[in-house]
Amino acid sequence: MRVDVRSAPFDPGAELSAFSRGVAGAGAVVTFTGLVRDDRGDLSALEIEHYPAMTGPAIRAIVAQAEARWALTDSLVIHRHGRLVPGEPIMMVATAALHRAKAFGAADFLMDYLKSRAPFWKKEITGRGEAWVAAKSSDEDALRRW
Amino acid sequence: MKIDVLYFASVRERIGLPREVVETGASTVADLVGELVAREARYEAAFADVAALRVAVDQQLSDFTAPLEGVRELAFFPPMTGG
Repeated sequence: MRVDVRSAPFDPGAELSAFSRGVAGAGAVVTFTGLVRDDRGDLSALEIEHYPAMTGPAIRAIVAQAEARWALTDSLVIHRHGRLVPGEPIMMVATAALHRAKAFGAADFLMDYLKSRAPFWKKEITGRGEAWVAAKSSDEDALRRW
Repeated sequence: MKIDVLYFASVRERIGLPREVVETGASTVADLVGELVAREARYEAAFADVAALRVAVDQQLSDFTAPLEGVRELAFFPPMTGG
């Protein structure tokens, strides 16, 4: 397991290459990369606040659940905080397992849990002002799948 | 007892502070929120709808009925939006 909470940008391709080289015995690697979305075309930046003392431990606890449930060979979570611009990678999840179903399942679980159980808060900055992104009830519903 | 109380995101903005040390005799999180709300309007505004807020007790997600005995750090924030 590697959990990296950082403000600096990262290169998802380089991270995937390094992760894949280190997972001897695995037959499948699944990755997800989340980008700063600008669906209305007016976003100048996304500011991500977090709770430094809690973020790492909370993410590691979520990843430990995934590793045990899907018998993962290895896992990676990178999540940024601070000011990001549209198109930049915000976060990345990678899971390695013997077979693809386990790697996909674990990655899906990790994304659902990181969304509503990792202490990050997003604020959108546009030309018209700034607003906190509200959590969706569908995010909370998604946790019940597991 | 003294407890470090942290505020994040919209709660931090409404209260106007990222953290403070609170001297309290409250026995639960909800009691402490009651003490804060009685202090000033900005706390009343921040805690107007506690059902829409989350609380972490010593960095673990918890709830407003949690006891405060032995607790060192509390954090209040809106639902998280990671990922």
